[in-house]
Amino acid sequence: MKLIRLRYKKWYNISRDGLTTNNPIAIAVLGICSALAVTNRVDNAIAMGLAVVFVVTMSSLTVSLIRNFIPSRVRMVTYMVIISSFVIMVQLFLEAFFPLIAAALGAFLGLIITNCIVMGRAEAFAVKNPLRYTFFDGIANGLGYTYVLVIVAVVRELLAFGTILDVRIMPDTWTNWVAMALAPGGFFVLGLLIWALRELTNNFETVSE
Amino acid sequence: MVDIFDLFITSVLTQNIALTFILGMCPLIAISTNVKNAKGMGIAVIFVVTLTGIINYPIYLLLRATGTETLSLLVFITTIAATVQFLELFIEKYFPKMYNSFGLFLPLITVNCVVLAVSLFFVNRDYNFIQTATFSFGAGIGWFLAIVLVAGIREKLAQNTGIPRGLAGRGIVFIILGILSLAFIGFTGLSIF
Repeated sequence: MKLIRLRYKKWYNISRDGLTTNNPIAIAVLGICSALAVTNRVDNAIAMGLAVVFVVTMSSLTVSLIRNFIPSRVRMVTYMVIISSFVIMVQLFLEAFFPLIAAALGAFLGLIITNCIVMGRAEAFAVKNPLRYTFFDGIANGLGYTYVLVIVAVVRELLAFGTILDVRIMPDTWTNWVAMALAPGGFFVLGLLIWALRELTNNFETVSE
Repeated sequence: MVDIFDLFITSVLTQNIALTFILGMCPLIAISTNVKNAKGMGIAVIFVVTLTGIINYPIYLLLRATGTETLSLLVFITTIAATVQFLELFIEKYFPKMYNSFGLFLPLITVNCVVLAVSLFFVNRDYNFIQTATFSFGAGIGWFLAIVLVAGIREKLAQNTGIPRGLAGRGIVFIILGILSLAFIGFTGLSIF
């Protein structure tokens, strides 16, 4: 009974949208660059995911807070400035407390600024919705991004190094698949994952050509 | 001189910015449905990447001299947005024919991560000015090559009805990109001299 009532709540629908039905990576195919570039190890993927959760939530909240004061002609530049301020915060935080992860992510940490998810949520949702809904939307989209990243990273690290989070899983006779640690592995794993997710959720893309 | 040429070949082929570093994927996937648009977008990227690389380099030197590198992200992205805006106005006014062929894609470039990535890479790799200019231009050419290749393959694939429905549309692009980037790994170790 309670579950049925839950379905009519707006925040429930918003969260479900970000996590499954409109998942930023699998369904909307946004934010692919970082999803592929950092997923050769699980720890990098988790760090990147959490960084994006923080940036997308905080920047959406900020945009939503000042949405009535942003002139629509310069809104893109305004988003950019807001987003890059939060990215700089994350960068400084990681450099201070987790220098190894910051070094592994390198330039890709800064590239969160141009991650289409962050920009997309600001433009598509935050700029026309009140604070409380924006909060759920940001968190849900960030987490939807993170779990896809972690799935891809688990597959890639397992096949490329035989480990997960540096714990040896595969037997010692395992031959490392070098291609999995490089770019092609990322493309193939994500491609197959998108295929699987779309079959499972029955959410297909209609080609209009 | 040889070093510079080597760096150029490296940034176009062996370390192609799209297929090895996986950058600029959103526009690459969105705009590669036909070769004509892909070419327009590619040319616009070559212009913007080269220009912003050259502009951001002295700005970075200035930031480093004043000890405010922390802000470089913010400054770079603002420079890029401003350059793109300026370029759009300039081309619209003086080269209307060119504007019709690729001006449409210019505003989209601000969120293309290739542009910002090039500026961040020259910082990470400690390039000097000539190297930065060469690398920026090479990266632009490399991205152009990647998007035109993908668009060509997608145009042919559009006539094929055998694609599984879960992969239709953007899904199949990942498989194409995977195969292409395997091919580009083949360039590893390539040196002209």
